Amino acid sequence: MVTSSARIPVEKTYKIYIDGKFPRTESGRYFALKDGAGAVVANICRGSRKDFRNSVVAARKAFAGWSATSAYLRGQILYRIAEMLEGRQDQFVAELVLQGRSKRSAQKEVLASIDRLIYYAGWSDKYQQIFSAVNPVSSSHFNFSVLEATGIVAILAPDDDGLIGLVSNIAPAIVGGNTCVVLASETMPLCAVSFAEVLHASDVPGGVVNILTGFKDELTDQFASHMDVNAVVYADHASAGKIQTKAADNLKRVVARTDNKWTAESAQSPYLISDTQEVKTTWHPIGS
Amino acid sequence: MTLTVVPDSSLLPDLSKVSQVDEVGVNERAARFQTRSIKKESKIEALHMILSMIDLTTLEGQDTSGKVSQLCQKAIHLHNTLPNLPHVAAVCVYPTMVGVAKKALGDHKINVASVATAFPSGMAPRHIKLEETRLAVEEGADEIDMVISRGAFLQGEYGLVFDEIAAVKEACGEAHLKVILETGELGTLDRVRRASVLAMHAGADFIKTSTGKIQPAATLPVTLVMLQAIRDYFYDTGRMVGMKPAGGISTAKLAVHYLVMLRETLGNAWMTPEWYRFGASSLANDVLMQLQKQATGVYQSADYFSKD
Repeated sequence: MVTSSARIPVEKTYKIYIDGKFPRTESGRYFALKDGAGAVVANICRGSRKDFRNSVVAARKAFAGWSATSAYLRGQILYRIAEMLEGRQDQFVAELVLQGRSKRSAQKEVLASIDRLIYYAGWSDKYQQIFSAVNPVSSSHFNFSVLEATGIVAILAPDDDGLIGLVSNIAPAIVGGNTCVVLASETMPLCAVSFAEVLHASDVPGGVVNILTGFKDELTDQFASHMDVNAVVYADHASAGKIQTKAADNLKRVVARTDNKWTAESAQSPYLISDTQEVKTTWHPIGS
Repeated sequence: MTLTVVPDSSLLPDLSKVSQVDEVGVNERAARFQTRSIKKESKIEALHMILSMIDLTTLEGQDTSGKVSQLCQKAIHLHNTLPNLPHVAAVCVYPTMVGVAKKALGDHKINVASVATAFPSGMAPRHIKLEETRLAVEEGADEIDMVISRGAFLQGEYGLVFDEIAAVKEACGEAHLKVILETGELGTLDRVRRASVLAMHAGADFIKTSTGKIQPAATLPVTLVMLQAIRDYFYDTGRMVGMKPAGGISTAKLAVHYLVMLRETLGNAWMTPEWYRFGASSLANDVLMQLQKQATGVYQSADYFSKD
C-alpha cells in the first residue's frame, strides 16, 4: 500500500499571465525565489520586454470590449474576483508566509485585499456621478463632462506588499474600464501569479489584466516608453525620474503612488479610479 | 464580338500524375521556418522588402471612391517620417474602382491590380467573367487577380478550369494574371498542388492562395506546397511563376517567416516584387510600426500611423 509519505510531491510552476493564458516567459529565463532560510521556494519567470510587448497587444485587443461593458457588469466581475479570493484565503496566507510574512500579518493582508476588491466593486457605478459635471457656459449649449477610460495602464506593483499592493492598483484601473499590464513585486511574486489564477476564474475577459514577473530594473524603461501604453503607475521613488522622462514621449498619464500604506483604509479612494480616466466634455446645442 | 483564341486543352497535364504531398512533412518543414533567428540588419532589410511586395488591398462591398483614393494616398505616403521607404507594389481593388485608383496614383510607379471573374465566388458564366476582365484592363488595370471555379475543380472538370484560366489570360492582354486557387475551399494539400500545376500550365503569371473571404486563408504549409509546385514547374519548363499569399498575414513577424520560406524554397531570384507579393490590408502598418521601433527603440502604437 502506498503511504502518504511515499507520494510524489506536486510542485507548482509559477508562470506569467498574458491574454487569459499562462505561458512561460518567451525568453526562457528564470530566477530563483528564496525563503528567509535561503532555500529555493520556486523558479520565477524573468519576464522580458517581448513578454511586455505581447501583453500590451493583448491589453489593446481587450480594451474595446472591456471599456464598453456596463459599469454594473464590471462591478459584478470585481465582486466575483473577491468571492474567488475569499475561497482561496489559505493558499494566499501560506504563500505570504513562505515569502517571509508572519501568519498574522499575512491573514490581515489577505482579508484587506478581499475587502479592497469589494470596495472598488461598489464604486463601479458611482464614481462617474461624483466626477462628472454639468458646466455653466454662456452660450446656448448644454455642456457636460464625463469620464472615459484612458486605455492601457502599465502598473509597476509595489515591492513590499505582494498581494494588497497588487490588488489595490489593479482594481481601480479595471473598474474604470481600463485594461492593464502589471509587473508583480520582484521580491514577493508568488501571490501575483496565484492572483492571476483567481482572475482567470472570475469572468475577467482574457487580456484585461496581464501579469508579468521579473526584474524592475530591466522592465521599467519598457513600461514607461511603450507608445501604446496610456498611463503608467509606479510605487517607488527610485525610478520616478526615469519614468517621467520616458512617459513624456506620448504624454502618458504618470501616476505616482509612493509611500502608501496599502493595508490601511486610507489607501483606497475613488480618486485612484479617476487617476486613470480622461475627461470628455461635450457641447450640445440647445434651442434659444 | 472580339475574336477569342480557343485554348488548347491538350496542354493540360495529366493531374493524376502530379506528385502527392506529404502533409506531415510539409507541416513540419513550414514550422521550421518560424524558428530562424533574424538579426537586426537582416530584419530591417526584410521589412523593407516586405513593404515593396505588398498589394495594398481593399475588397469590400462598402468600398467607395473616397475609400479607394485614401488607400492610394496611403500607398504613396506610407509613413513620411521614415526615410528611404520603398513604395508598395500595387493597390488591389474591384474592377469598378480601377479608374479611381489609376487616377489617384497618377504618375507614381505603383500598379493597379483588379480582381475579376466574379470575385470572390467565381460563380458567373464565362462570357461575363471575360467581359469583366477586359473591362478592368481597359480601365487601366496592370494586373488581374482571377478566381478559379472551385466547384468545377472539385468535380474533376479540370479541362473546364484550365480553359477558363487560359481564356482569361488571353483577355488580359498585356496585364499580368494572378490566379487565386482559394485553397481554403480545396480541402487538401494534394488538391492545392494539383490546382497550382493546372493554373501554371494554363498560363498564370502568378498563383495566389486566397481571396481573403474564406477561412483558412494563406497559411505557411499551403504556401509551401505552392512554392514547391512553382519550383518543379520551373525545372520542367524553365518558366518562372510568381507567388502571392493573401489573407491572414497581418503581422510583420509572420511576413518575415514567409520570406524565409521563399528564400529557402525558390531562392533569391524570386525575392523581388516582380515574383512575390503579399495580399494584405493591415500588414503595411505593422511593418511600419516595426521599422519605427527599429529606428527609435520604442514599441509603437497604431494611434500614430495613418489608417489603411
